[in-house]
Amino acid sequence: MTIQTSLGRRGFLASTTAAGAFSLGFSFPWASAQAAEVQELNAWVVIHPDDKVVIRIARSEMGQGTLTGLAQLVAEELECDWSKVTTEYPTPSENVRRNRVWKNYSTGGSRGIRESNQYVREGGAIAREMLIAAAAAEWKVPAAECKAADSKVTHSSGKSATYGQLAAAAAKLELPKEVKLKDPKDWKVAGKPLKRLDTLPKLTGQMTYGIDIKMPGMLTASVRACPVHGGKLKSFDAAKVEKMPGVKQVLSIDNNAVVVVADTYWNAKQALDKLPVEWDVGKLGEVQQDQITAMLKEGLGASEAFVGNKAGDARAAIDGAAKKVEAVYSFPWQHHVNMEPMNATARFTREKCEVWCGTQNGEAALAAAAEAAELPVAKCDVYKTILGTGFGRRGRADYVRQAVLVAKQMPGTPVKLIWSREEDMTHGTYHPTTMCKLTGGLDKDGNLVGLHVRISGQSILAALLPQNLQNGMDPAVFQGFANGGPEAAYGYTVPNLLVDHAMRNPHLTPGFWRGVNTNQNAVYMECFMDELAEAAGQDPLAFRMKMLKPKYAAVLKAATDKAGYGKPLPAGHFHGIAQIMGYGSYVAGVAEVSVSADGVLKVHKITAATDPGHVVNPAQIERQVAGSFVYGLSAALYGEITLKDGAVEQTNFDSYNVMRIDEMPKVETVLAPSGGFWGGVGEPTIAVAAPAVLNGIYKATGKRVRELPLMHQELKKGA
Amino acid sequence: MAVLNVNGKSVQASADPRTPLLWVLRDTLGMTGTKYGCGIAQCGACTVHIDGVATRSCQVPLSATNGKKITTIEGLAQDGKLNKIQAAWLANDVPQCGYCQSGMIMAATALLAAKPNPTDADIDAAMTNVCRCGTYQQVREAIHAAAKA
Ligand code: FES
Ligand code: FES
Repeated sequence: MTIQTSLGRRGFLASTTAAGAFSLGFSFPWASAQAAEVQELNAWVVIHPDDKVVIRIARSEMGQGTLTGLAQLVAEELECDWSKVTTEYPTPSENVRRNRVWKNYSTGGSRGIRESNQYVREGGAIAREMLIAAAAAEWKVPAAECKAADSKVTHSSGKSATYGQLAAAAAKLELPKEVKLKDPKDWKVAGKPLKRLDTLPKLTGQMTYGIDIKMPGMLTASVRACPVHGGKLKSFDAAKVEKMPGVKQVLSIDNNAVVVVADTYWNAKQALDKLPVEWDVGKLGEVQQDQITAMLKEGLGASEAFVGNKAGDARAAIDGAAKKVEAVYSFPWQHHVNMEPMNATARFTREKCEVWCGTQNGEAALAAAAEAAELPVAKCDVYKTILGTGFGRRGRADYVRQAVLVAKQMPGTPVKLIWSREEDMTHGTYHPTTMCKLTGGLDKDGNLVGLHVRISGQSILAALLPQNLQNGMDPAVFQGFANGGPEAAYGYTVPNLLVDHAMRNPHLTPGFWRGVNTNQNAVYMECFMDELAEAAGQDPLAFRMKMLKPKYAAVLKAATDKAGYGKPLPAGHFHGIAQIMGYGSYVAGVAEVSVSADGVLKVHKITAATDPGHVVNPAQIERQVAGSFVYGLSAALYGEITLKDGAVEQTNFDSYNVMRIDEMPKVETVLAPSGGFWGGVGEPTIAVAAPAVLNGIYKATGKRVRELPLMHQELKKGA
Repeated sequence: MAVLNVNGKSVQASADPRTPLLWVLRDTLGMTGTKYGCGIAQCGACTVHIDGVATRSCQVPLSATNGKKITTIEGLAQDGKLNKIQAAWLANDVPQCGYCQSGMIMAATALLAAKPNPTDADIDAAMTNVCRCGTYQQVREAIHAAAKA
């Protein structure tokens, strides 16, 4: 294929920041390109005289492997030697200065590869063509007679030059206007199960996360925001703790949080714990969990709702059906529990504000820093570190704002602000809570003729991105139920369908939580599918297959075939199934579970199939899929945030449990790429974890679990 | 001023004796390979070896380290050579984000020292560290691989 290139002309600007001067352990922008002999061929590719290739990656690495996958795509087109590849992050402000040459920095929605594959491959291809053109000019031969491979350009005459030798001449050439991208079937680097590029420093303690930033004269801040989201600071008594060891300053920010700045984190935290604070929480301080439940329940029967998907007349079809099935499900708030608690380091002067942090959205972090600093964006910089997980939480820049607000009160002093685990747990942006009433009508032959899915509950967009609402409706609520589209379309053909949403927004801030709304929507739909199949007297797989569109059916078949669905299992073991489309990919899972006589659940094995269109790194997809089950099953087993007096009750791992290795089932991944599209892999599989297990539990116990987490459910037979 | 033995070297640290070893390592000695995850002995991110025993350093006050041999993630590789567990981690491409992995590697190294050929049940019992990326499957495979190496 031939495509128009969209990359801007290189315009290398030497860094004016001191970022490279600190030993940060992670490759920072421009550090590699400061030596004069190092050549930037275009925004994505820098080549050193010794053939080292630096590939610039705009998306954030948080464990999902996007850094390696994107580098594979660039390297594939560049035809460079993979062993010579390293990566670096261009700063968000460099992106601003260069007219957004690296485009979108936001790293969420499993978009890293699926949204940027085209332009990063172009970046590699353009650089390759420039190197070939430089060699052809040098040798005075037609470029068409030259070939690029393994970081060398060769000519049929036997002439050969390395990329390092050609880079200086290539860098002087105009960028080609058109390049041809390789057919994925010819890939040698992309599509292969290559090892990650960033492993070694993670084994020796050398990797620098945001929380590890050190710089001369740096102080550390510990923060406590009002425990009730939306509450205000009334007063605090700094004098009580000012004399404690190491304390430098006691202050407040945004009229809703108190901060102690000290020489070390421990000293800051000790003083903060002793700091007397009074909050003004008003009526919000009276909100209890049962009121939230009542609020959502009311929405299930409300007459007004936003319609997300509609075909035929579902209500009439259900009324006229031979058999009616109805069930109510619910999904509690979830916390992200990022392994590395939120943190950011900021240094402020009237001329410049700099921030070092892990963020899923460098541009949003830059905007937040500028706003908090009250400086123009051009006077601010954000240096991204690797993230100790993100899961959607680090797309929000509230912790960046806090760090800058603290640094602003101590001009010139770098301040590292660290949230304690307790602060992190109680000031999340939580997976939204919803309930769902599903009503289905079956004809006398057991065909689903009408389905009404009523979702009641929280909207993320209403809280975080109200500008993205569509006439008040949050379209993201319908992930997995959408009427077509490349993102999260509904997979079943049901002649009469109505999916609607009664928006009910409690005060606790919701947010994007890995997998977002596919998580609960898959529980609702896929568990109810099993209920419908039973009412129809049919096997859950056969019942689904009658209604599933081809790509959905193919991936479910791939999973069930691999798992041996329908074949004999060890005594007491049962299979539960689930499928969904999310983030552009089709996924399905089979859970093999048992429940002991005294009600102990064991998930023995998961077989998961994914059709992401194209596979960039099968080994990393396997890891994402296995990790997705840890994330999804942790939520299903334990995940639940509740409110008391308006505040989050859970504070740490002792009150918010997560899965450990002893509960991890064996996960077998089946890759079933059908080509022709690019789907994400970091998130979609999470959604099938809970419903597959719940459907298996029903087969094992005869109990329909419609409320999570499972830790509250009695699974003992007869109980 | 306390004197600690960290990774075979004697180092001085001036901090309140009640300060957890985790924060002495990170903030006083600048050794940030040991991670903070919970501060209450739940997650294992802060695991170090004290006299060879895998220990959660967020629970050990500086005052209790007197005369003890402390090994951190920075001290596992000898003369630039990774230990067996680190090498197996590299070969099996274990880490995702990597944040929990210092603790994982310290726990696995202690496990292998105590039980050179651990069973799955041994792994379940010894490896109680949290990994939110969900690398458990690779952790298990890499421990078995290291045992065979
Ligand atoms: S930080 Fe010590 S166990 Fe979590
Ligand atoms: S590798 Fe990310 S938390 Fe374990």
